[in-house]
Order: sequence, then structure tokens, then C-alpha cells
Amino acid sequence: MSTQTEFRICATTGFKIDRNAEKLIKANAVVAVVFLAIGGLFGLLVALTRWPAVHFLPADMFYLALTAHGLDVLLVWVIFFEMALLYFTSTVLLNSRMAAPRWGWVAFFEMLIGALMVNVAVLQGDSSVMFTSYVPMRASPMFYLGLIIFAVGALTVCAIFFATLVIAKQEKTYEGSVPLVTFGALVAAIIAVFTLASGAVILIPTFLWSIGLVSHIDPLMYKTIWWAMGHSSQQINMAAQVAIWYAIPAMLFGAKPLSEKVSRMAFLMYILFLQLASAHHLLVEPGLASEWKIFNTSYALYLAVLGSMIHGMSIPGAIEVAQRRRGFNRGIFEWLRKAPWGNPAFSGMFMSLVMFGFLGGISGVVMGTEQINLIMHNTIYVPGHFHATVVAGTTLAFMAMTYLLVPLIFQREVMFPKLARLQPYLFGLGAAGISVFMMGAGTLGVPRRSWDISGADALLPYDFAGAAYMMMGLNGMAAVLAAIGGLSFIVIVVGSVFFGRRIGDTEAIVLQADAAAVGQYGSSDSHDIRGTLVLVAVFFISFVLYYFVNWKYLSEVWPLS
Amino acid sequence: MAITSPSTKIWWNEPISKQELIWITIAFLWGLVMFFMMIYWHGAGEQNLSSEAYRIKPEVFAERTQAMIDEYTVREEAGFPVVRPPPGSDIYMLARLWQWWPILELEKDKSYRLHLSSLDYQHGFSLQPVNINLQVHPDYEMVVTLTPNQAGEFGVICNEYCGIGHHDMIGKIYVVE
Ligand code: HEM
Ligand SMILES: [Cu+2]
Ligand SMILES: [Cu+2]
Repeated sequence: MSTQTEFRICATTGFKIDRNAEKLIKANAVVAVVFLAIGGLFGLLVALTRWPAVHFLPADMFYLALTAHGLDVLLVWVIFFEMALLYFTSTVLLNSRMAAPRWGWVAFFEMLIGALMVNVAVLQGDSSVMFTSYVPMRASPMFYLGLIIFAVGALTVCAIFFATLVIAKQEKTYEGSVPLVTFGALVAAIIAVFTLASGAVILIPTFLWSIGLVSHIDPLMYKTIWWAMGHSSQQINMAAQVAIWYAIPAMLFGAKPLSEKVSRMAFLMYILFLQLASAHHLLVEPGLASEWKIFNTSYALYLAVLGSMIHGMSIPGAIEVAQRRRGFNRGIFEWLRKAPWGNPAFSGMFMSLVMFGFLGGISGVVMGTEQINLIMHNTIYVPGHFHATVVAGTTLAFMAMTYLLVPLIFQREVMFPKLARLQPYLFGLGAAGISVFMMGAGTLGVPRRSWDISGADALLPYDFAGAAYMMMGLNGMAAVLAAIGGLSFIVIVVGSVFFGRRIGDTEAIVLQADAAAVGQYGSSDSHDIRGTLVLVAVFFISFVLYYFVNWKYLSEVWPLS
Repeated sequence: MAITSPSTKIWWNEPISKQELIWITIAFLWGLVMFFMMIYWHGAGEQNLSSEAYRIKPEVFAERTQAMIDEYTVREEAGFPVVRPPPGSDIYMLARLWQWWPILELEKDKSYRLHLSSLDYQHGFSLQPVNINLQVHPDYEMVVTLTPNQAGEFGVICNEYCGIGHHDMIGKIYVVE
């Protein structure tokens, strides 16, 4: 294959696009979406099984499907899409050629092969160990090997990303500093290197153990290092999705951050404290000192949370300022009411931001509080929390971004525009539903990863309260809604990419119909962001109330020391 | 715009708006509150997890559990011994595929030193409907002092996935007046 660099100029945005990079963006995004479809289907099957009145799969298939679900969505879908984002932010946004396109394809196939190996191992039925694969439970060697190969591929893409940044800098393809969105992607890539290195440290010995070359792996040590990968990888998602939250309003109506300095500092906080994250998962393990847990679980003094809270004001603030400049200046909320709610890129992005903050962010901090974790650890509250972060947050943000990548990178018009308008709402509502209902069931003690909560086949019976069954039923219904939203997304994207009307190289398209140019304004101007201040105040009050309510719940359980 | 290089080249010298500064300050202080809340609870709260733990061989843990069972069994239920050790003593609950062994009978408002460990995989000790959740590892023995403050019959659900019988792994604790 030719690796000569060829550019086209995007007629809509004016960006110079390297065709090699463009092909890789497409390939990675398509594979990502395919695995979202597969993984989402497993998710639906799992949710239907946990709906007590439906109880769809038999036990062995349930645990198999749950393993496949976690791997295919959290690992394969999310990371493949992030690879596409790394290429996009380092080449397109910087008008640069990409480094080592051949290696890009090597990495792509490594990741694909790794993902397929893991899937085959799981579907063969002897690796239903969940994506966490805690030792001493053992999966087939192919399972660990697939993960390792996948990680090597992803690491290669990070290296290409860094090399591309160097090329862009040397060839002066941009002036001054890299754009904020690229900066966010850089943060994501740095965290990814740390994450993947931790993954190698733990998965390679585990692979050797699975083929009998290593005799023993300490379960607590395994968990500590595994979560150094597992939790920091969530910070990759965080950095990537925050970058998208900044990118979409910028692409639709020229929004710019309130302050470059503040937003970049907030991104940096994700890097500074990430290695502490694995403590979240170890709060009720034997023998760990409280001082260690408190320091680590709070990322020093909640400084990474501080970073997110800063973005939480900066992003809606940027949108508000841009909207007011476009003339939606009446009262506190006209800018929000008159936002492009019919454009799935915007509606998806904004819902992702709000749901991530209110549902995922708050619940995460509460659950990660040393003592409060006692009343939540391993209940289904945990999946409830991370479906708010990684489904309502990350996945919805990635979906929103896809609505821009289809016309700009795939050069296809989005098909089924009516369905596309609706899609973020269907998926968003469903995702919010599964999050809230799983969290609800979790506060009633329902365990995660459990085929049956009735104790019907157990020697000693225990049954949960009726309310717990109701929550799990509602969860099943919300799952159906999320699945319909997810399926709509797949149909729209796959349809558009393969059958959508072609957009010619010289044809400019309209990303947002009524987007008057926002014009220039400095970061330091004083801005009218009253609406954002109200939103932030509501968020803060909810946070404080929910936080203390959970201390109250904790104070009611059996004393323990 | 966020997708282009900053329009002011020297962006790091731009002043930060007052609104953002205020929010950063509030958010930072809130972080401090949450941080010190955990420390405060260690002094003032009644629910704190001890960090007492030992490395232990599964056989040794099984022996100690059996010694308690031999001494204090009061009756049997569905093949499980029901054990009633004296208040204040060391009590054992052993996790294995797929049982919590044995059944314990405790007295209300009395404290016990509960020892937990697993003979095989990891398991999750989830006391219901109280909703106290602890992670149980093989090779590690965790010791917590527990003071039941309600009488009744409580379930011990396994909430760490431990294979095909995971959902059947249910144990029991009685608390009597
Ligand atoms: C149609 C959409 C989805 C539905 C209905 C759904 C539903 C569920 C349900 C019911 C569980 C099982 C909870 C349990 O029994 O412990 C689960 C687990 C999980 N889901 Fe989803 N989910 C969806 C999409 C996603 C997406 C997009 C992601 C990631 C980006 C995701 C990540 C996970 C993970 C990591 C687990 C944990 C698996 C484990 O415990 O090993 N899900 N999901
Ligand atoms: Cu178990
Ligand atoms: Cu279990």
C-alpha cells in the first residue's frame, strides 16, 4: 500500500486532511461501531436476564454474555473509537500529515486480532471470568494473550500520535499552541501509556500463569495493579470525552473556552493524580491502611474531581457565551432553550455532559468515599454508576461526535435525519434509566454480576425486598429503550457510511443550519454566563445533599471497626 | 475556538474571570471538606473498616473455623452447623465454592471479632438487608469487629463473581436478643 502523503482540503472547515490518516480514522471508527453493536446486544441479553419477570438466559450463558459485554463495550468499542480520535486530533486539527501510516495499519490489525481472540476465548465458554479476570479464577491462555496483543496495538497508536505531534511542530503546520481539543487528546494519550504499561505488568505474568509457567499470583497484588490499568483507563475516557465536549460546540457554532489557561490546567489534573486511582476498588479489601486509602481514593485532595468540576462550568459557559453572541441573549436561559436541540451532535453532547456530571460524577465520588464504600461495594450500584459515566457519558459523547465525523471524514450525508434527531434522546434516556435503576437496586443490596437474586436454588434462602425486584424490572425496561437507541445509531451510521449520499471534496456542507459566525472575542472579556452559574449551583447543591445523605445511610448500619 | 490554536498566543497570561475563580475556590474547598470528612469519621463515626489482616494458608483458616464449630455448635440447619460463640470472642466465617460456612448466631449489641477468608476464589461478603459489603480473598484473613444492633435473620450474599454457582452462595447470620 502506498504511504505517500496526499492531502485534501475540507471544503467545510478548511482543514487539510491527510488521506492516510483519514483511512485509519474510518477503519478504527467502523470497527468500534461494530463492536458496540455486538457488545450492546450482549448488554441487552444481560439486562433481560436480570429482569426478574423475564430471566432470559440460563446461568452459564448469562455469565458468558456478561463477560463478553464488559469486554466488547468497555474495551473494544471505547478504545477503538479513541484511536480514531487520536488520529483526528493530531492530523486533521493540526493540518498535519501523520507519522508512520504503515504502523497505523499494523496497530489496527493487532487490535482487531486481539479483540477477536478475546471474543473467541469467551464464546468457547471456558473463559467466563468477567473482564476483570480476578485470579485465581482462570481463563484460557488465548483470553490473556488477546488482551495483550490488543494493548500492544493501542500502545503503538499512542506512539504514532506523539510522533505526529512532533512532525506537526517541526513542520509548523499550526501557529502557537495546539488546540485545546488536541491538548485533551494528548492528556488521554499520556494516561493511556501509563494504563497500558500497568496492563502489561499484570497481564503478562497472568498469561504465563495460565499456561503453567508461573505458579502463583497474589490475588490482592493482582487487583491493585489490574485497577491501575482499569481505573486509569477511565481517565482516558474522561479526557477523550471532555475533549469532545469542547470540540462539538466549537465545530457547530465557534464556541471557545472561557479561559484556555483554566481548561488546560483542569486537563493536567487528570494526569497528575491518575496513578492513585486503583484505590477506589480496594476500599474494603483486607489489610490496607486507612491513610493510604483516604489519600489515594481522593486523588490527593480531590484534585482530579476539581478538574472535572472546572470543565463542568467551562463547557456550558463556552456554549452560553457563543449562543449569546449569536443573539440568544434574553433572560437567563434563552441561550439554552434556543440551542440546536434537533442536531444530534449537539443534543448528544449536552446530554452526555449533564448526565455524566449529575449521575456519574456525583455517584462516583460518593461511592469512592472510604467508609461509604462499605454500603455499596460490589452491589449493582457499581454498574449503575459506571453506566452513567461510560454509557450516558462517554458512549453518548462518542455517538454525538460520530454525527460530525460521518459528513466530514466519511464524506457521506447522514441518512434517516428524523431518526437521527431522536436517537440521542432514546439512547440517553435509556442509559439514564439503567444507571438510576441499577443504583436504586444497589442501595437495596442487590449484588452485581448475579444470575438470580431470589435464592431459589440456594441451600439457605434469602430474598430481597419487593422494591429491589421492581428496580430490576425497571432496569430491564430502560435497557430495552437504550437498546432501541443503540440500534438506531448503528442503523444510521452503517447506513450512512455505506449508502449515504457522497459529499464531494469541493462541496461545503452545513454542520449547523442557523450558526451565525460568533466572531472574535478574547478569553479575558467578562462574560455573561448567568445561566451556567445557575446550572452549576444546582449541580453543587445536589452533590452536597447526596453526599451527606449517604453518610446518614452509613451511620445506620451495624457498627464496625 | 477549541479546535484551533488559541487566538491569543500568550494565553497563559490572560487573567481568569472572577466567576471561574470563585467556582474553582468553592470546588477546591468542597474537596477539602470531603477529604477531612473521611478522617473525621474515623474519630466520630461508628462504621470504619479495620485494617487488621493476616496472611494465612487456607488449611489453617479451615482448621480454626472447624475448632469454633466443634466447640459451639448448638443445632443444625439444612446441613449447616449453627454456631453460637460467646460474645466478645473470635468468630469465623469461611467462604468457599459456593457456601458461607457455618451459620453464626450472635447476640444483639454484643461485639465479636469476625474473621473472614476464602479457601479458593475471591468472594464478596454482603450482609443483607443491612448492606455491609466486604471483599474476601484467599490467602488473606480479614478481622473486623462487628456489633449487631438489630435482632433477626440476616442473609450473607456473595457479591463477588465466583463462577457458575455464584448466585447460590448464600449464608446466614442470626441475631438474638
Ligand atoms: C444497550 C446498552 C446497555 C445495556 C442495556 C447494558 C446493561 C448492562 C447490565 C444489565 C449489566 C450487568 C450488571 C450486572 O449484572 O452486574 C452491564 C454490565 C456492564 N456494562 Fe453495560 N449495558 C449497556 C451498554 C454498555 C456500554 C456502552 C458500556 C461501556 C462503554 C457498558 C459497560 C459495562 C460494563 C463494563 C459492565 C460490567 C461487566 C462486569 O460486571 O463484568 N455497558 N451492562
Ligand atoms: Cu462466592
Ligand atoms: Cu460469588
